[in-house]
Amino acid sequence: MSGPIIEAQDLRFTYTNAEGVTPIVLDGVSLDIEEGSFVAVLGHNGSGKSTLAKHLNAILLPTGGKVYVAGMDTADQQKLLSIRSTVGMVFQNPDNQIVANVVEEDVAFAPENLGVPSEEIRRRVDEALAMVGMSQYATHAPHLLSGGQKQRVAIAGVIAMRPRCVVLDEPTAMLDPIGRKEVLGTIARLNREYGTTVVLITHHMDEAAQADRLVVMSKGHVIADGPPRTVFQDVEGLKAVGLTVPETTQLLWQLRQAGCDVPLDALSDEECAQVLSDFLTA
Amino acid sequence: MALKDITLGQYFPGNTPIHRLDPRTKILLTLYYIVALFTAEFLLTYALMFLALASGIAISKVGAKTILRGMKPVVLIVVITALLNLFYTPGTPILSFWIFTLTVEGIWAAFFMTVRILMLITGTFLLTYTTSPILLTDGIESLLGPLKKVRVPVHELAMMMSIALRFIPTLIEETDKIMSAQKARGADFETGNLFQKARALVPLLVPLFISAFRRADELAVAMECRCYHGGEGRTRMRQLKYTRADWAVIVLGLLGCIAITVMGHFGL
Repeated sequence: MSGPIIEAQDLRFTYTNAEGVTPIVLDGVSLDIEEGSFVAVLGHNGSGKSTLAKHLNAILLPTGGKVYVAGMDTADQQKLLSIRSTVGMVFQNPDNQIVANVVEEDVAFAPENLGVPSEEIRRRVDEALAMVGMSQYATHAPHLLSGGQKQRVAIAGVIAMRPRCVVLDEPTAMLDPIGRKEVLGTIARLNREYGTTVVLITHHMDEAAQADRLVVMSKGHVIADGPPRTVFQDVEGLKAVGLTVPETTQLLWQLRQAGCDVPLDALSDEECAQVLSDFLTA
Repeated sequence: MALKDITLGQYFPGNTPIHRLDPRTKILLTLYYIVALFTAEFLLTYALMFLALASGIAISKVGAKTILRGMKPVVLIVVITALLNLFYTPGTPILSFWIFTLTVEGIWAAFFMTVRILMLITGTFLLTYTTSPILLTDGIESLLGPLKKVRVPVHELAMMMSIALRFIPTLIEETDKIMSAQKARGADFETGNLFQKARALVPLLVPLFISAFRRADELAVAMECRCYHGGEGRTRMRQLKYTRADWAVIVLGLLGCIAITVMGHFGL
């Protein structure tokens, strides 16, 4: 891990909606994202997490404060293409991100836009499809694929740009459990095997628990930031902003409420079982 | 109504010499063919054109049945055109009743008009049957390339075409979904006269339009995230290349087209 790839400094964002009201969506968010890390951003609807995501590759520009991507100011129009090819973005609905009617043509879209030579595009497309495990579908029509497969094609379409960081804005929200598992597996591999920085925006606790670092947002503020097992220990704090905790933490927390002396930092099912068995045998 | 059966410019994948031709060659050839068809005058030229078309179909292995099935939607137009030509061509009358007069010239005119329309449709079908939509748009973009110099937004038009093709299945699926949802709430799409049926479509079209706009908005953001900034400096993964066969076909096609025009001029 070497230095932050994304730096947000006192980021503020407001806009005027149709009724003339000016809600403050982001209110002084400061956040450094280290290269190679896996960060989950957790928050309720309206917490500002998607707005934050859109600031990370200059889809939205801050109304106050600054965002730097690999040292480039996102407000700098000259650097727009380098910013967007450094930080790739995957959205909720795979149907609305796929441009072409053949899988490999779609994956080629971003490198084509960047003016990469043909043979190099071919290489990148094959590589990106292999990374998401979709090589055998290269010549298929996207509308015949399952939701999870489509979302993996969308991820391939982004990694074909060779971004150093990928931001995923609730990529599993429209998928069935199988599709969710496929996509989460792909994201984890992207981070561990290829060293890509991953920022996962989500409202699923168990997805957030997989990250190295967890940022919790509420009402435009960052209210907690740290390793998931530390953040989830503040059960009351999370409940106060309308979030739940993973089932394992919930169980241990309720036991503590009932007067049992169990630690709260067991996240996986195995860890939790171990903690319980230790407690019962002690 | 099975919306999923609707196909537009249906493509039959294959690996025949016709499939392998560059899409630009096929588009040019189709244009020659249309020009020749309208300059052809009489039996000999039509026979030659028919021979060319038939050999094209045979090589492409599309099959006569598929071609005939494709004709169905245009039968009515062909029949009406034939009838109009049959009775409203001035000339030597053979038979006359009420306001209709059957003439020798009319019979010939109706015959040629029918042949012309059917051959025109078959020829263009052969193009779409043997060329994938994406290659077709690439071909059109490349052929119209010179127009960029006079500020025609060729790249943008081709992009719009390929996105439209990409979203046809998605929107059809969505239409099916909205229809089921509205039927579940008691909407009736099947009964009533033409006006009632048209009015019944309103609760279908309004949500469809709203969702299409929302999709367009999301797609635009996703395209920007993938560094789309118009056609400038854009490269392509698959590059179109004319092979020797393409050049041979282009030259032969042009010669054939000229020959037919000349023969037509001499009334053959």
